[in-house]
Amino acid sequence: MTALTSTLTPIQTFDLESATVRELNAALHEAADATSWVVENPAGQHNIAVGIDREVDVTVNGHVGYYFAGMHQRGTVTVHGSAGVGLAENIMSGTVHVTGDASQATGATGHGGLVIVDGNTGARCGISMKGVDIVVGGDIGHASAFMAQAGRLVVCGDAGEGLGDSIYEARIYVKGTVASLGADCIEKPLRAEHRAELAELLTAAGRDDDPALFKRYGSGRTLYHFAAANSHAY
Amino acid sequence: MCGIASLQLRDPALRGSLGLLMHGMLCGIVDRGLDSAGMALYGDPGLTPAGTSTVTLLDVTLDPEALAAQLRGVLPAGTEVAVRMFGETTLVNASVASAALETAVAELLPTAHIAGRGEHVAVLKGTGHPLDLAAQYGLEGISGSQGLSHTRMATESAVTASGAHPFTVADDLCLVHNGSFSNHATIRRQLRAEGVTFDSENDSEVAARYIAWRMNDGDSLTTALEKLGTVFDGFYTLVVTTPTSMAVVRDPIACKPAIIAETDAWVAMASEYRALAHLPGIENARIFEPAPGVVYTWTLDSTKELVTL
Repeated sequence: MTALTSTLTPIQTFDLESATVRELNAALHEAADATSWVVENPAGQHNIAVGIDREVDVTVNGHVGYYFAGMHQRGTVTVHGSAGVGLAENIMSGTVHVTGDASQATGATGHGGLVIVDGNTGARCGISMKGVDIVVGGDIGHASAFMAQAGRLVVCGDAGEGLGDSIYEARIYVKGTVASLGADCIEKPLRAEHRAELAELLTAAGRDDDPALFKRYGSGRTLYHFAAANSHAY
Repeated sequence: MCGIASLQLRDPALRGSLGLLMHGMLCGIVDRGLDSAGMALYGDPGLTPAGTSTVTLLDVTLDPEALAAQLRGVLPAGTEVAVRMFGETTLVNASVASAALETAVAELLPTAHIAGRGEHVAVLKGTGHPLDLAAQYGLEGISGSQGLSHTRMATESAVTASGAHPFTVADDLCLVHNGSFSNHATIRRQLRAEGVTFDSENDSEVAARYIAWRMNDGDSLTTALEKLGTVFDGFYTLVVTTPTSMAVVRDPIACKPAIIAETDAWVAMASEYRALAHLPGIENARIFEPAPGVVYTWTLDSTKELVTL
């Protein structure tokens, strides 16, 4: 990224105290590839930097509100601050990085790309994730990776109650403790290939945690098919 | 949806700006509830003068002068009475105990709804755009130690001033709620069996009555809210205030948002960060989301500071 930055055109600054979020987003949607943007005074506003489909580098100084960088497609977006509900919701590809904390539903339904939160996230981190990679430096809240379908969730702190409830697939790595596992989420062996992919993800997130200290969790695959023995429950 | 913003000022130097700061916070929660709004303002010398009790009335059919004259007629000789209208809210101050004032008002105006009572708090609420209401109340000019505001998007009962929050069912005890309770009818029945009376079919009123009932039995605010968590089912972020305390609790699965910011000078809670973004010193505040099912309570160090405002 450092090598790329040196080739970028001059940085364009957007001050959200004077400009609107719609103006910013419209400009980002039309931006030329390989341009750099700095956004000042976000003041917790919603929907900042949603739907970016250009190879841009966006830096936001301050805290952002709901659905920051939702539907992100290309480029790198960094928040020097914290983010509200639904950070990078439905991200398709590209990178979204928050240096502080994020609220609930971080990376919800994400199809691809990388979401990095240096601090903690609230509940439902990676809910219904469909291929996104999420790396959290701190703890995650309850009901995270609920109905996760694909992708990787890396947690360097602790996980709250009901981790991976009703998980289809996706791989979850947790370094700290897990308050409880949800239905059909089980601990699985951390083999060499898992340590390798974990090392790759941690490096991509700029972290130096030791992959060997993590545990891996995933689907027990017992909820895939209807079991006649459960018919009395319906 | 509904929005909540509450602020407790620890630094007396900021108390002249309570209303101004609360107005800024209100702007950040307006989008969450546009049908009605309300606020509880603690310690403003104009709204709640020292030595008087204050009652908030809705659905008042008399004009302020007529009501004041009739109250003077039934209250002890020499009682000072002031009656003012703020939109749909009628605010009554009198130099008697709040129970005596409440009784006198209830006898004179049997159809009026008593929406606030106490010595330290003025409750103002109504239907309409929250910022229009704030202008009616002169919010930006208010001073005081603590304030609580709520913007409502009604779900469980009608859009009326009496359905707007806060709910103040005991002296100086105010509750606002974002969410909905699913077993409020059952709890209302149980409380009625205990002798508790209700003003409405509103679900949030049941929570306010429950807390007042528990505190009347000797529970602290924190204990009352912890017990509420074992009895009430549904979605909720609640903020409950007394003249010296502010408490926040979210339901155990944290369906409704809440964010807290704290500095040496103040502690603030809001539904969204954008309501906190313009508070002085926010850049160095400790900012966090309250954990599910945990009661957070902040108490002002000295009640004397409040009284001498």
